[in-house]
Formats: sequence, structure tokens, C-alpha cells
Amino acid sequence: MTGTAPAPATTPLAARPAWRRRIARTRSSGVALLIALPAILIFLYFSWGPIFSSLVMSWQRSLPGQGADWVGWANFVYVLTDPVLPQAALNTVYFTVLAALFGFPVPLALAVFISELRRRSWYYSALAYLPVVVPPVVAILLWKFFYDPSTHGVFNQILAGLGLDPLPWLNSPALAMPSIVLEATWAGAGTAVIIYLAALTSVPTDLYEAAELDGASIWRRLRHVTLPHLRGIIVTMLLLQVIGTMQVFTEPFLFTGGGPQNATTSLLMLVYKYAFQQANYGAATALSVMLALVLGVVSVVYLLATRRWDTRA
Amino acid sequence: MTDRSVLRRSRRADSEPVARSLVSDADRKRPSVRVAFGIAQVLVFAGLLVAGLGPLVWLALAAVSPTQEIIRDPLGFFDITQVRWENLAIAWERGRIGLYLGNTALLAAGSVVSTLVVCISAAFVISVLRPRWGNVLSFAILATLFIPGIVSLVPLYLTVLRLPVVGGSLVGTHWAVWLPAAASAFNVLVLVRFFDSIPTSLFEAARLDGAGPLRILFSIVLPLSRPILGVIALLTVMASWKDYLWPLLVLPNPDTQPVSVALPRLAQQTELSVQMAALFLSLLIPVVLFVVFQRQFLRGVSMSGGIKG
Repeated sequence: MTGTAPAPATTPLAARPAWRRRIARTRSSGVALLIALPAILIFLYFSWGPIFSSLVMSWQRSLPGQGADWVGWANFVYVLTDPVLPQAALNTVYFTVLAALFGFPVPLALAVFISELRRRSWYYSALAYLPVVVPPVVAILLWKFFYDPSTHGVFNQILAGLGLDPLPWLNSPALAMPSIVLEATWAGAGTAVIIYLAALTSVPTDLYEAAELDGASIWRRLRHVTLPHLRGIIVTMLLLQVIGTMQVFTEPFLFTGGGPQNATTSLLMLVYKYAFQQANYGAATALSVMLALVLGVVSVVYLLATRRWDTRA
Repeated sequence: MTDRSVLRRSRRADSEPVARSLVSDADRKRPSVRVAFGIAQVLVFAGLLVAGLGPLVWLALAAVSPTQEIIRDPLGFFDITQVRWENLAIAWERGRIGLYLGNTALLAAGSVVSTLVVCISAAFVISVLRPRWGNVLSFAILATLFIPGIVSLVPLYLTVLRLPVVGGSLVGTHWAVWLPAAASAFNVLVLVRFFDSIPTSLFEAARLDGAGPLRILFSIVLPLSRPILGVIALLTVMASWKDYLWPLLVLPNPDTQPVSVALPRLAQQTELSVQMAALFLSLLIPVVLFVVFQRQFLRGVSMSGGIKG
């Protein structure tokens, strides 16, 4: 480390005879194994093992006290014929689409705007990020009170102040999901703002200069220089968001418990119900595996999209 | 974009405050742009204040107000002459928020330790020691990045309920949260990328000086990676602080539960003002952490975004 000449006692690895090299390698491999052991054990128990047994369990029915039986497609059939499934799948997709609609344009516009500030931009990004540090349970319980459907609810008071009629919010099957998405967007938008801001610093400034010399207006520069450069990160963020929102649980679970009339039951809530209320682990894993397959397709699309972005950049 | 390029860029942005951007200097001199930009600045700032800070300020005021007032007039309940500090005391004592916050901190601290131990050892072996099976390990860990968490939820619960091979159950103990948190492929990836950026000549020189793998880890790798370890620790604390479903499943005993699991139960049992005080107390620590470590937070987030991209 001190930059001195190599000590005479140690020859470089390549200059040693082959058998000694092999021993040195085996020994260092053994040391490496020893160092990696905690990681290997933890991943074995809490990552690889559960993933593998999920695949196995979706074909089994566990019997209390006597192991498990292979039941073929029965779990999948049970899940696919569950009358609640179409509703839950539709709700989940609805949540995902709404979250993308709410949560995509606002952070992007905000990031572009903040990146143009030459002073005090830090306050803007810190304020935008603040809701992200609020623990979700705190945010949900707070917003649940805000959504009070009576005329005394916080949001309904604000509506009244604007001269509008009160809304039933979480109590109405039509409004419950948009209300949940609104809170989820508030809680999550800050992350997207910060990531877009980081990506914006990579837009080559000479392109702006060239576009300006060519007489392009601010809007045209935004449209033809800024946005194309963000395309890769936008695609990435959208797909990561889809993967995240397809597994939504905490918000509908705590806001509405899946109601009213199952209007906010998500797929993960269904998994929760199968596994932890009915102890039907086979059905729960079957549904998880199916959802994961769908998300796998989404991930492949994501990989292809980012690869195209990488080769372009 | 890599983590390093983000760091480099943000450093550059710090040293050169005025950079060319979408709206150029010439644009900024035009009166119409200047007026519109000025108005937009005020409006956006006001919007951010209301949306970002508004609910938190509301909660802070509600935490020290009487229930009837909050319900009667939720937008104008606050009365400076009627501050009820005892709400906070009631939430702390009768609501046991102190206990739950302690559990939350304990869970977060343990998760950080286990995450750092596991991810450092994995990344060190993959990136620095490079045994022949290193690529297999690397592939096996990174492959789990593409498998959504929902797949393993139920089997993970059953694993924790009854550990295969060694037997025993972790349910009800904090290990049930600490150990699974450590299996984070994302953090391994972040660390591998960082360790890869350390010049190999440093390791070779150390080896020639007779340093063993552990010596290299503790004398070269870890001191050089302090910033990235800080980011990982910070992100782990936040993730642990926010987690709800997993601790709900594996910590059935209220005495061991973190605040996120306890709050919904508390909300059903206590009156509104105490409930708001409890929410406020649970919010305080993350917000203070954020205010103190703003820069690390925002840098950590943009870095993780860069790696995901």
C-alpha cells in the first residue's frame, strides 16, 4: 500500500510453478467461500429458497401435520375460477393505469422546471421529496381523515370553499380507487422528481445552444431536445412504477380494506386473503406465480427498452 | 447512467452554479419570459408548500388540539391559546408510542447491520476476490432482482415460521425482520459496481505487501466506500421504517411491533386528537432525519435511479 517495491519473498502469482498456483487458488477460493458464507446462507434461506418453494407450492396442497400433496393444476383452477379474481385484476390494472396517469406528468414537469432554477432549486426538490419520507401508514391514516365524506371532511371543506359539492371519496365505489391513487401519487412523486432531475443534468448543453441558434423556441427545445434525452429514463421509471403498483397492498388494505363492494381489492390483497386468512398456501402461491409471470413479461419489455436506450446513448 | 457519473455531475453542478440549460441567458433577458418564469416560480413554490408541507403542518397542529375542535372545523381548528401538549404525552404513555418507536428504531438498526454484513461480503467476494464460482454467485444474486417480491411472500413467511434444516421459528422475534432484509440483490449490485471502480492496483500492491483478504477488506475497500455505505444504510433505514406488511405478518405480539403496525390498531381504539398526536410522533423522526441528511437522501435516490436505469 505504501508504494514500495515488491518484497523479494513474494513472487507474482503468474511466475510461480503451476502446482503452487493451483494450491494458492484453491486456498484463496476457500477463504472467499468462508467470507461469502453469510451472504450465501441468507440468500439461500430468504431469497432463493422461497422463490423455489413458491414454484413448488403452487402445485401442492399442504395438509396440516402430514406434509403436502401434489394436486396438479388444481390451485390455478381454484384461483382462476374465484369470482373475485376478475374484479381484483381489473382493480389492480386500474390502480396501475391511474398511478401512471397521475404520477408520470407531474414529476416530469416539476423536474424540468426545477432544473431551470438557478437559485434556491434545493428548496423545491427538498419540498417535493418531503412526502416520500412520511411513513406510508402515517400518510394513509392522515389522508383517511382528510377523506372524511361528511361536509366536515378536510377535502370537502376545501371543495366547499371553492363552491363545490362534497364528494363521498373512499365511500363510493367509483371514487375510492382514484382517492387512493391520489394519496399514493402524493407519497411517491418526490422520488421520480429527484431521479428525473439527475437525468436532466446529463442532457448535453451544446444541443440547447445549437437549437437556440437555429431559432427553436423554448417549447420546441423542450420537445425536441430535453424530452428525447429523457426517453430512456422515462420508460424505465414507468415500467418500474408498473411493477411496483401491480403489487399494491398497504394503501387499499388500510384505506378501505378492499371495499366498497370490492372496488379496491388488489391482487396482493387476494394473496393475503388466501394465505393468511384461509391458510390456502397453494392458491396464494399460484396467484403470486401468475402475477410474477405477468410482471416478468413487463420486465422483458423493460430490458429490451433499456437496452435500446443504452445502444442509442 | 452509472452512480459515478451522477456523483461527478452533481459535483460539477455544485462548483459551477450557472450552467447552460433549456431556458438560455438570452431567453431570461426577454421580459415576457422573465415575467412568466417569475410567476411560475411563485406558483410552483406555493403549490409545493401546500402539497408537501401542508399536510405535515396540519398534522402538527392537530396533534396539540382538542378532538371536538378538529372535527368541528378541520381547516380552522387551531387556537394558540388552547394548545394541548398533553395529547403528545397521552399518545406516548397510554398509546405506548415510545415503545413502538423504540421497536422501529431497533428493527431499522438491525436491518442496516445485517444488510451491510451480507451485502459487503457478497460484493467483496464477487468484485475483489473473484473466485472461479464468483460469476455463478453474482448471477444467482442478480437474477433475483428480476423476480418480483410477491413471489416469495408466502414461502418466505413459512420459512420464517419454521426454518428448514435447522428448525426453530423466527416469528415473533426481530430476527424475522432483520435477516430477510439482508437478502437485497439491489444493494449487492450497488456495492459491486462501487467496488469495481476501486483501482485493482491498490489490491495488488496490498497483496504484494502480504495483506490477506480480510485486511484488504477492512483497510482498503471499506474506508474507500464509506459514502456508498452511508447511502445504503440510509436507504435501508427508510425502507425498514416504512415497511408495513412484513412486520405485520411476522410480529404478532404488540410488544415487539414497530410503530407502522401499531398505528392502525391504535387508530381504532383512541380518540382523534391522541391518534393525531401518535401520527405526529411517528412522523417526527423520519422528517428530522431527512432535514439533517437532505443531501445524502437526494443523492442516494438519484444514484439508485441511475443504477436502475
